Amino acid sequence: MRKLKQLPGVGLLKGMLVTGRNFFGSYRNPRRLVTVSYPEQRLLLPESSRNFPFLVYDGNDSVEGLRCVACKTCERECPSGAIRIVQARDENGRPAKHPERFEIGIDACMGCQICAEVCPFDAIKMDSDYEHAATGRTRPMVHNKLRLAKSNTYYHRIKPREAAEVDARLEMERFRKEEARRKREEAARMKKEAAAKAAAAKPEAPENS
Amino acid sequence: MNLTRAAPWPAGTAPFADPGETELLELSLGPQHPSTHGVFRMNALLDGETVVRLQPVFGYLHRNHEQLAERMSYLASMPFTDRLDYFCSLTNNWAYALTVEKLAGLEVPERAEYLRVILAELTRLQNHTVFLGFLLGDMGAWGSVLMYGFRQRDAVLDLFEALTGSRMMCDYLRFGGCRCDLPPGWAAAARLVVDSYPGFLDEMEQLLTENEILRARTMGIGGVEAKRLVNAGVSGPLLRAAGLSHDLRKVDRYGIYDRFSFRIPLGEKGDVYDRLMIRLLEMRESLNILDSALRDLPEGPVINPQAKLRNFRPPAGEAYGRIESPKGELGFYLISDQSPQPYRYRVRPPSLINLTLLEEMCVGAKIADVMVILGSIDIVLGEVDR
Amino acid sequence: MTDPDRLLSLLEAGLPGSAGRVRRWTNPGPSGQDALLVDPDAALEVALFLRDHPELQLDYCSNVTGVDWLPREVTESVTTTETVGGETKEVTKKVTRTEPGYLEAVYHLYSVALRHGPVILRLRAAGREAPAPLPSLTPVWRSAEFQEREIFDLYGISFSGHPDLRRLLLWDEFEGHPMRKDYVAPDEDGLPAIETAAAKGEANR
Repeated sequence: MRKLKQLPGVGLLKGMLVTGRNFFGSYRNPRRLVTVSYPEQRLLLPESSRNFPFLVYDGNDSVEGLRCVACKTCERECPSGAIRIVQARDENGRPAKHPERFEIGIDACMGCQICAEVCPFDAIKMDSDYEHAATGRTRPMVHNKLRLAKSNTYYHRIKPREAAEVDARLEMERFRKEEARRKREEAARMKKEAAAKAAAAKPEAPENS
Repeated sequence: MNLTRAAPWPAGTAPFADPGETELLELSLGPQHPSTHGVFRMNALLDGETVVRLQPVFGYLHRNHEQLAERMSYLASMPFTDRLDYFCSLTNNWAYALTVEKLAGLEVPERAEYLRVILAELTRLQNHTVFLGFLLGDMGAWGSVLMYGFRQRDAVLDLFEALTGSRMMCDYLRFGGCRCDLPPGWAAAARLVVDSYPGFLDEMEQLLTENEILRARTMGIGGVEAKRLVNAGVSGPLLRAAGLSHDLRKVDRYGIYDRFSFRIPLGEKGDVYDRLMIRLLEMRESLNILDSALRDLPEGPVINPQAKLRNFRPPAGEAYGRIESPKGELGFYLISDQSPQPYRYRVRPPSLINLTLLEEMCVGAKIADVMVILGSIDIVLGEVDR
Repeated sequence: MTDPDRLLSLLEAGLPGSAGRVRRWTNPGPSGQDALLVDPDAALEVALFLRDHPELQLDYCSNVTGVDWLPREVTESVTTTETVGGETKEVTKKVTRTEPGYLEAVYHLYSVALRHGPVILRLRAAGREAPAPLPSLTPVWRSAEFQEREIFDLYGISFSGHPDLRRLLLWDEFEGHPMRKDYVAPDEDGLPAIETAAAKGEANR
């Protein structure tokens, strides 16, 4: 390799052959013709592509349907501290299970998707929308709850495979919960019946037993 | 032999004229200079065009990565490791995950190990691909080779994006495995990329290896003998270019590298030409590994079910883990005090430590060669300054 | 990995009198990487021995780093015999004492020639106050050069015998050592990034 056995200049010519092939090939060979004239042309993003997080809501109401219960797990785990959540309170002042404010500073967010990963309620997911130009450096970079909320239909559109998995899981959980509730009610009813039966059998039970 | 502090040149054979005759020029290269690969600065003392002294200046990209990591959970540091050597986020992830697994005694499922090998070798491929382009750019061939390299690298980045969601900041490995399984069709797409690589490498070799200008610019420049390199902690392709067979994939056999057969290409003199060729040859070996890894990829889970995502607290103790990253030996040193944050988090950056001998490589060379030598070390400032 | 007991016996054979100055430090975690706790006065000698011994040949110093151990309170029960009114009895008391903090430099050594390692050396400075002197091992392994400079910069350990001890990452006029556990940056508000951004936004609106 270190010693060349050829006329000086041959190596250069061989190299020129390669550049020539690339130059002319870039007009017709699709493997060498790779430039995309953004924004007129756009590449199709793969399904797992991620940029910034968004909040998923079910149904049509972007406030009522939010899956987020303001547990603040994502706020705690966010490596860059880009999430701020204020929990809502109901009319009696008790903490309610939805966020009053949910803000993400997309200037600080680095799109690592840890929030989506740690969320126990599948409420925050990664968006693939990457065009977030704004006219200011501070306030316009903080996206609020209204801007972050996107419907489950949208989620299905950008990530069909993942969204279907999530839906199936949530459906399963709902079913399990329903099942558990039914069982609990059944057990309570049985207990009640048994107690009623016992009370009927022994009407003169001592009061302070 | 004194290995640690070499006299820059033997007595009486100073490569520069007597300082009495000419005036020495102090030249500050960088931090804003396209050939410093970021914000690196060198203070060079020149006699005419010959380098007499050269002092690197660091810290323009310092963000105290280690302190940040010591103030957040183990998991939260994972995306920050992407930003160390931002060309090789997946090997950074692996080094960190490997160390945490040592610290916590976590096992990794077989499929995840295969995925790690596949991704690490793809990372090595794309790193070396752009390395060629940048090195040629440093020599003045700005454009062609870099663009060909970028075009080829894009195919690998497409794979990364399809799997991890991001082209460069992948954040894919987790303690005890990988974050998610392959999407449908990924392995076939990876196979296509791997199959297309030899053609690209042939083209690169035709373009570069016999080019007379390139040979004149690179041969006999920046070579340091292997013993001195070892003493200075230099690792990776630089060490192998000097003829020393030291590759952590063979030495430590971390992960499942003992299952693959591959050779370690070695250079003769350790000059810039050898370093360039080593990278070209290493890519061929990576392709061999990828070939068998993609073929043997088993089914199964990709993450250890015992691994906890939230509230992860390794037992008290410490661990040092290292892997062969494309740039050299990347190590992590962690001390746990059973809290959710590491008590000590240290990155052993190959880019920084490979620069230890920069002055010795450059003294006596021409100022135009300094850029080529620096380019051949292959540094990324995100890792040097941390 | 090289067994620390074997290392200690080799050291005792090669450097008589080192037994008191090099001790074994046991790693409680599952990684099994035990270390040698080396007396700073003996460090250079021990390091040279480890590098040049034909059976060890630890020619490659992979990683050098500092660790800051804060003073910590230790509560332990102490049993003493006391004589109260002519009667001797054992009394167990809980005693809280403060262990002083110290700075530590940790060296991870490997052998490229013999392919073994890591051998870990720990050097402890006397305390956490400003000069915190330790001997530099750069004359033995040049790879420590930048890394010891980094420790000097971020932890404030001054390595005697280092050929060029300056700050590595921060500028020379910088005050303080940011990797220390009790360091507070002058502009640190302790708020997450979003709060700072929001506050600025309120002000700018």
